[in-house]
Amino acid sequence: MNIVVCIKQVPGTTEIKIDPDTNTLVREGIPGVINPFDCYALEEAVRLRERCDGKVTVISMGPPQAEEALREAISLGADEAILISDRAFAGSDTWATSYVLSRAIAKIADYDVIICGRQTLDGDTGQVGPELSEMLRIPFVAYVSKVEEIKDDYMRVQRMVEEGYETIEMSLPAVITVVKEINIPRLPSLRGSMKSKTVEIPVWSAEDIGAEANKAGITGSPTRVVKIFFPKREQKSEIMQGNLEEQIDQLMKKLEEIV
Amino acid sequence: MDYFLTEQQKLIKDLARKIAEERILPVRAELDEKEEFPWAIVKDIADSDLFRIFIPEQYEGLGEGLFALCIATEELSRACCGVALTYATDALGTIPILLYGTDEQKQKYLPIIAAGTKLTAFGLTESGAGSDASAMKTTATLDGDDYILNGSKQFITNGGEAELYTIIAITDPTRGTRGASAFLVEKGMPGFTFGKKEQKMGIRASATSELVFHNCRVPRDNLVGREGLGFIVTMKTLDVSRPAVGALSVGLAQGALEAAVAYARERKQFGHPISALQAIQHMLANMAMELEAARALVYAAARTVDSGAKDFTEEGAMAKVFATDMAMKVTTDAVQVFGGVGYMRDYPVEKMMRDAKINQIYEGTNQVLRNVIALQLLKRKALRE
Repeated sequence: MNIVVCIKQVPGTTEIKIDPDTNTLVREGIPGVINPFDCYALEEAVRLRERCDGKVTVISMGPPQAEEALREAISLGADEAILISDRAFAGSDTWATSYVLSRAIAKIADYDVIICGRQTLDGDTGQVGPELSEMLRIPFVAYVSKVEEIKDDYMRVQRMVEEGYETIEMSLPAVITVVKEINIPRLPSLRGSMKSKTVEIPVWSAEDIGAEANKAGITGSPTRVVKIFFPKREQKSEIMQGNLEEQIDQLMKKLEEIV
Repeated sequence: MDYFLTEQQKLIKDLARKIAEERILPVRAELDEKEEFPWAIVKDIADSDLFRIFIPEQYEGLGEGLFALCIATEELSRACCGVALTYATDALGTIPILLYGTDEQKQKYLPIIAAGTKLTAFGLTESGAGSDASAMKTTATLDGDDYILNGSKQFITNGGEAELYTIIAITDPTRGTRGASAFLVEKGMPGFTFGKKEQKMGIRASATSELVFHNCRVPRDNLVGREGLGFIVTMKTLDVSRPAVGALSVGLAQGALEAAVAYARERKQFGHPISALQAIQHMLANMAMELEAARALVYAAARTVDSGAKDFTEEGAMAKVFATDMAMKVTTDAVQVFGGVGYMRDYPVEKMMRDAKINQIYEGTNQVLRNVIALQLLKRKALRE
């Protein structure tokens, strides 16, 4: 069972800065952590490998410093890590990111399950998992809270829905995104930490994965971020006057105005 | 203070601290209250490879030795001495195999111990044989290819929870201390059962139980070393393990000092934090000095053991006595700094004070160990004359 985990290095939550020119997140020079949701994806991958052998490969598209996140992933149980990094990838939106990741996964070639976190803490879109499956033309299930069974080319998972969960059978290879309910991530191990310090992490460029220039980076991104801002939080209160009947009438009018 | 740790030792220290803060700290009060064995934390420790530290590399360990074990023990104990004791006792139960085990015994047991899936324990003490271990009554009689064990062991740490026990029993009652032997006894061997689990003053997350042997058959292959070597196995094992008891106390005292400093800055009386009072400052300064002196001694003793020195009875005993007396004093003073709330269970220091006491008692009382240290001094002087 070969499992690919897509992780992203995100800024520590208190450190978010936005580039006023491009309206994208400033990442360079800011201490990064593995996107918390990706930690659950990695843990599930390691648990699946413990259940049915195989290999866990972690990939990340990002600037050179994303290597730190990949090394941390090794200390948490991943077998191999690959950094997908190229100036041409800068400014990628979810579509371009999924394209680049799909090219890298196509190069890995031998994979059964691809696991992503449900969304990132910085972008918050939750789009990369589903887009990735579209580009690879393989099945996809989001919000997985349990892998019930996995063997050869078959997997049965539980998907969280608003109230309760659904059980879904799927063929492999496939992509899943996981929610935090799926497991409690382990702490790093000593052997993993030692390996993480010395392991070779190959860097794949646009050329290495055969990515077309006009499909990656800012040129390959249909999304334009017009503005990122903190929404104004307004709290108004109004106390209705009169007897109960009159107050109800006033309230109904207010509600009608809003709707 | 810089103790010049290697990269690997720093890694061990950081990882043990992470486990302590993320997994032990949130539950330590509950474990203490419920007197509950911390299996979930043992699994975290195992998954993190900390049980591998002390095991040689050829048996799937990391071959890091006693000093690294002490660092990990100290960090765990900073959060909870009871949990850390479970960890340190696993090393105690392993030392006899490391020192005297056959290749087959090492091959059979050490990889499992390194993985941390099964815990070990060491059974010496009996109700009538504490400091005077030679008064023990448990016997082992050879019968064909088995030894038959009869008797009981008292106050055994990890008792009931561990899977593998090194048990000291008398094989020849006519030969005194030379008539004892050490055996590896597995949980589940017929005739081996557990008596009551003790209810304790402190280290309540740790399990302490009676072991009962009633015609318990142990294969001859499970004899550790030779017949008659039981007391040597015991003494050498305890020589190696005593710096780790010192490390338990250093970690415990570190936790107490940190709590006391934080509280002194927070608690206001007479219009100022009590940390502005010289009486409090001097207490904190004394706690810090004595703690650092104990840490330096424990580390030096552990490094002496790792250096391959032949005899370190004195160093081990000194590290154990000094550090455990220090921890009793520092935790008592921490309660004093906290004042009234320090005595209450809502705050962590009363537990630390309760946890500290046993360290002056087990693995050789501090009184008996002072005898040991003095004996070494006097022997050396006599040899020179």
